Amino acid sequence: MVLSNTEMIPGKRIVQFYGVVFGSTVRSKHIGRDIMAGLKNLVGGELKGYTELLREAREEALERMRQQASSLGANAIVNVRFATSSVAQGAAELFAYGTAVTVE
Amino acid sequence: VQELAGWIPFLVLLLVTFAIGEVVERRHYRSIRRREERWREIPLTTFREVPRAWEVQGCTLVVASTVVSVDYFKRFLAGLRAITGGRVRSYESLLDRARREALLRVKKAAIDAGCHAVINLRLETSNLSSPQGKQGVAGVEIVAFGTGLRLARRPV
Repeated sequence: MVLSNTEMIPGKRIVQFYGVVFGSTVRSKHIGRDIMAGLKNLVGGELKGYTELLREAREEALERMRQQASSLGANAIVNVRFATSSVAQGAAELFAYGTAVTVE
Repeated sequence: VQELAGWIPFLVLLLVTFAIGEVVERRHYRSIRRREERWREIPLTTFREVPRAWEVQGCTLVVASTVVSVDYFKRFLAGLRAITGGRVRSYESLLDRARREALLRVKKAAIDAGCHAVINLRLETSNLSSPQGKQGVAGVEIVAFGTGLRLARRPV
């Protein structure tokens, strides 16, 4: 599965469109990470626990989107976008969407 | 005197977080500059189209992110700044570091995927809510993503 955030797959021709595919996941941080982040909040800098948490979540959202695309018979997803929204205190939704296509 | 003694822990906290925050920031900037120098030959553009001279052999989505927060001292300074308004330099440098870090991670991800360039780069910023309903922001997440290209020849 080839992914791209451009309208085309560079160097390839799109032969079929399947419409929008998306994947999402809602994640909450756990207490251990909160305590570490609370300490880190005093001295500043990168909150690695949160970076890792969001990276994993985004990877999962992408994976779900890929599965949806391959079940449609597509071999590529173009114009991939991301969206993040906090649905509740301490929980966030990571969302990925794009257009499933077949390229030559 | 006793009233003053009550302020001591607060002052110590300010001083300690100032010192550590300053060291962390300086070290981070040094690391950013070093990596920017090392990966300078990887072009990173916001163009949506591939430049005509490039011969594309393959592409892949590259995503990278970082979550950062300011130190206690800077938050205190920003609180003071809110009285008079105007430029909050301490937050500016934090966001600058975070964006440059995210861009460097995109380059790293592109290199790891065997790519020579990245096009259609996008940057997004979002706030993370603070834990247990405390005031303020726990952190800021910067996401950078684009399309990494494998090219027949290295771009000049």
